[in-house]
Amino acid sequence: MKKLTWSFLLACTAFSFASRSPSYELGDVVSNFSLKNVDGKTVSLADYKTSKGLIVIFDCNTCPYSKAYNDRIIDLDKRYASLGFPVITINANDPEDSPGDSFTQMISLAKKKNYKFPYLVDQTQEVAKSFGATNTPHVFILKNEATNFIVAYIGTIDNNSRDASSVTRKYVEEAVDQLLADKPVSTTKTKAIGCGIKWK
Amino acid sequence: MRRYLVIVAVLAFHSANAQVARVIKFDELESILKSESDDLLVINFWATWCGPCVKELPLFEALTAKNDPALKVFLINLDYADQIDKVNAFIARKKMKSEVLLLDETDYNAWIDRVDTSWAGAIPATLILNAKTGQRKFIAKEMANGELESYIEAVRAGL
Repeated sequence: MKKLTWSFLLACTAFSFASRSPSYELGDVVSNFSLKNVDGKTVSLADYKTSKGLIVIFDCNTCPYSKAYNDRIIDLDKRYASLGFPVITINANDPEDSPGDSFTQMISLAKKKNYKFPYLVDQTQEVAKSFGATNTPHVFILKNEATNFIVAYIGTIDNNSRDASSVTRKYVEEAVDQLLADKPVSTTKTKAIGCGIKWK
Repeated sequence: MRRYLVIVAVLAFHSANAQVARVIKFDELESILKSESDDLLVINFWATWCGPCVKELPLFEALTAKNDPALKVFLINLDYADQIDKVNAFIARKKMKSEVLLLDETDYNAWIDRVDTSWAGAIPATLILNAKTGQRKFIAKEMANGELESYIEAVRAGL
């Protein structure tokens, strides 16, 4: 009997854990988060309350897909920051598992590539988990509706990771252009092969 | 004539020992997924740059080494096609015996869902499939020791 009670309690606990931490879906409001940037300062979602939205990209130094997309990510910020949709990148990889993704390495990459946007470290991996980020790079476009940041697009940057010149669908640009024009986003969700985030 | 025979013998010897990756498009993978064979198919998606993938490769190699006539292992490599030399060097270094197919498709959204709709796209990922009965199990993570065998048993038992 005692055993039964315990298993029942355990089952309840397992269930409540499972139901407590769902990740963001399209249309969900994103909670504020604060993470350390490569310049040592803290960046919060709330800092962006005057922008029209945000292009949040879970990224890292080491993944071949992140490397292939690095210049395209820089271009996204160049193009959209002034239009009200700046880029912020977040690295959640466990540096013990992937030493090339340590905070020091992040600083070097941001310097080398002259990042004009934050490159934040998600040490506890809680932000990545709350977003349901799985890969790098993994994009979440947020739309600012009366200071509520709403998830408007989840997925990949475009349809050719290897060769930028062969791209025929620029999913992120299409979505941001539509949001800027106050139109509904036509492709709200895409998938991409990527390096899995290195969880602790 | 004699020289010809020597060349044939050398080629035969070479192909039996040196495994190389073959570059395919998705339609070929799809024909494997839709084959009417009775065999159990174990299809693992991996890349040379993916640490956890490389770590679990010996599990699939061990499966290939069992020579089970009712089971076929395919290692679907997702390195970029222009990296094929790197992939072949890797195969030679690890003395891999399983069939390696380099999937040369860059528009992932055109085919990921056709492998499994639950797949977010991270690798490693493994599909265990009986194409004839449609019994399948998709595992979107690194396999722990013994897990591969129990998944295979489950698909075989129709669970």
